[in-house]
Amino acid sequence: MTTVTDKPRSTDIAARDWKGPWRRYDIVKEGVIAVVVVSILTVLLAGLFSSPDEPQLTFQGWATSAPDNFYATAVQELAGTSESAGYGPPYNTAADGVSIGPIAPQQWFGVTHPVDAANDFVLTPLRSQQQSADVTDALATWDGAAADQQTSWATDYDTALTDAGGDLKQIAPGDYGPVPVLAQGLTDMAAAGALDGILISQGGFYQTDFTKQILFLGDGSYLDDAATAAHLQGNTWGMMNETGSYPGQAWLWLYSFWYQIPTFNSDNPDDYLTSHADAVIFYIMALLSLILLLLPFIPGLRSIPRWIPIHRLIWRDYYRSQHRT
Amino acid sequence: MTTTHPAPDVADSSDTPDGGTIADSTMWTSRLRRAWMSKLPPEKLLPDRQPAYVASWIYVFGVLTLAAFLVVIVTGLVLAFAGPAWYHTSWLGHFTNSLHFWSVQLFFVFMVIHLWGKFWMAAWRGRRAMTWITGVVAFLASIGTAFTGYLVQTNFDSQWISFEAKDGLNAVGIGAFFNVTDLGQMLLLHACLLPLVVGVIAVWHVLLVRLRGVVPPIDAVDPADRADVRTDLLAARPDDTPVPEARP
Repeated sequence: MTTVTDKPRSTDIAARDWKGPWRRYDIVKEGVIAVVVVSILTVLLAGLFSSPDEPQLTFQGWATSAPDNFYATAVQELAGTSESAGYGPPYNTAADGVSIGPIAPQQWFGVTHPVDAANDFVLTPLRSQQQSADVTDALATWDGAAADQQTSWATDYDTALTDAGGDLKQIAPGDYGPVPVLAQGLTDMAAAGALDGILISQGGFYQTDFTKQILFLGDGSYLDDAATAAHLQGNTWGMMNETGSYPGQAWLWLYSFWYQIPTFNSDNPDDYLTSHADAVIFYIMALLSLILLLLPFIPGLRSIPRWIPIHRLIWRDYYRSQHRT
Repeated sequence: MTTTHPAPDVADSSDTPDGGTIADSTMWTSRLRRAWMSKLPPEKLLPDRQPAYVASWIYVFGVLTLAAFLVVIVTGLVLAFAGPAWYHTSWLGHFTNSLHFWSVQLFFVFMVIHLWGKFWMAAWRGRRAMTWITGVVAFLASIGTAFTGYLVQTNFDSQWISFEAKDGLNAVGIGAFFNVTDLGQMLLLHACLLPLVVGVIAVWHVLLVRLRGVVPPIDAVDPADRADVRTDLLAARPDDTPVPEARP
């Protein structure tokens, strides 16, 4: 039998209106049932398992539970040896940031969120409150010294503290200027709870940007140790984990996967792919996302569903009926 | 008192077959309505019939994704009204946060199953590439929305995620504009812009599904086709277009 049509028919059956059998399908009823089922399921899961809410870390908690680490971090901020102080764009110009060949987007947009570690984290908070006489004198001595002298005091003390393994009693004698007093003053201030409020307000009333607090908190080992204890480190699939035993961002598994490969996670931080892992993995994921987006146009990939006949299971009723026909 | 409309201009009053005037038929509004009705008439927009091959559990996951999205939006609205710190101090807030948390988890489970299902069905066939693309964009936008949600928890988790995530984003320059440690920016993106983006793309995606219909099975045979059409099909077959089985 010959089919006669008024217009030329598309050769692609999938592009034409379906001419085969139809069935009743109550799309509104399906939608309503779906909303009810999902709502009930959500209430059940929320009621049974609740949700994670690990309390936030504070500078007071840090200075109280790990005062030596807080003290050493304050010294690093003054010396410019902390991670934040030497970060580069978008926070400062202390480094160039990550680049892959001529591609250096971290530099392209410059310093958009300026952070001066010594002033923002140590000196300005100390100046914002009435201090003891020794801290006041130390601030005056610091302010009265030349920049080179400040750097010399702070870096010498940072080196001595590192050499002493962080033990204040083992530090070699030397000319460290006001640095030890400033670091102790900030530690005392943080332990009393004053630093949290001062860093939040940052000299103003309204404030919603927590960049400086997060950077300072991350410069020490307090935040890092807490993340390790909660299995949230990047090399332990931390990106897709959640505190406690809750599911996290499981949909980031592929992003997290690359960080588990030794090539991107070697013990030698100077390895090119390890030191450039953040940028390289981002570009890999961007490329994979583009491939997923354009899958219908990529020869070979778009034919995988034809080669691996899972569609035979999905449409098994249809194929069975075709077979009978 | 009666209100009367001014009489139409004589030059505009010539009749058209649908009872309007020529002037009416050239109105942008009329044109938009006609174009919409020709592409998506009510029976196509809200059908009560589907091709017989639409008979698998895999089809449920699309509507389940939309249902979960609705629950996510509703619970998110409650949290938005109460503020980001409410759930730390109130049992009702914590329960609402739990509803939001689990509805997001369900949303992604359903969406990923839906996406895999559509992949194995090669659902982009038959001029449905844009349906696939809008689906993938919705998936990626949902990941961004969920990510900002994790950043505005105002707890230890958000502190750590923002500290870690900043390095990846800074390394590729995005951190200059998308600052994960800026709670205000993340909150606005999470509660306002990104849900709107996901919602608009989802609507577009659903309209495309209604416009193109549900993709037929791979190697499906149209009963209207007969032997004389076979040769044409074989000659013009692209690599993702099925070869119809020969009929006895």
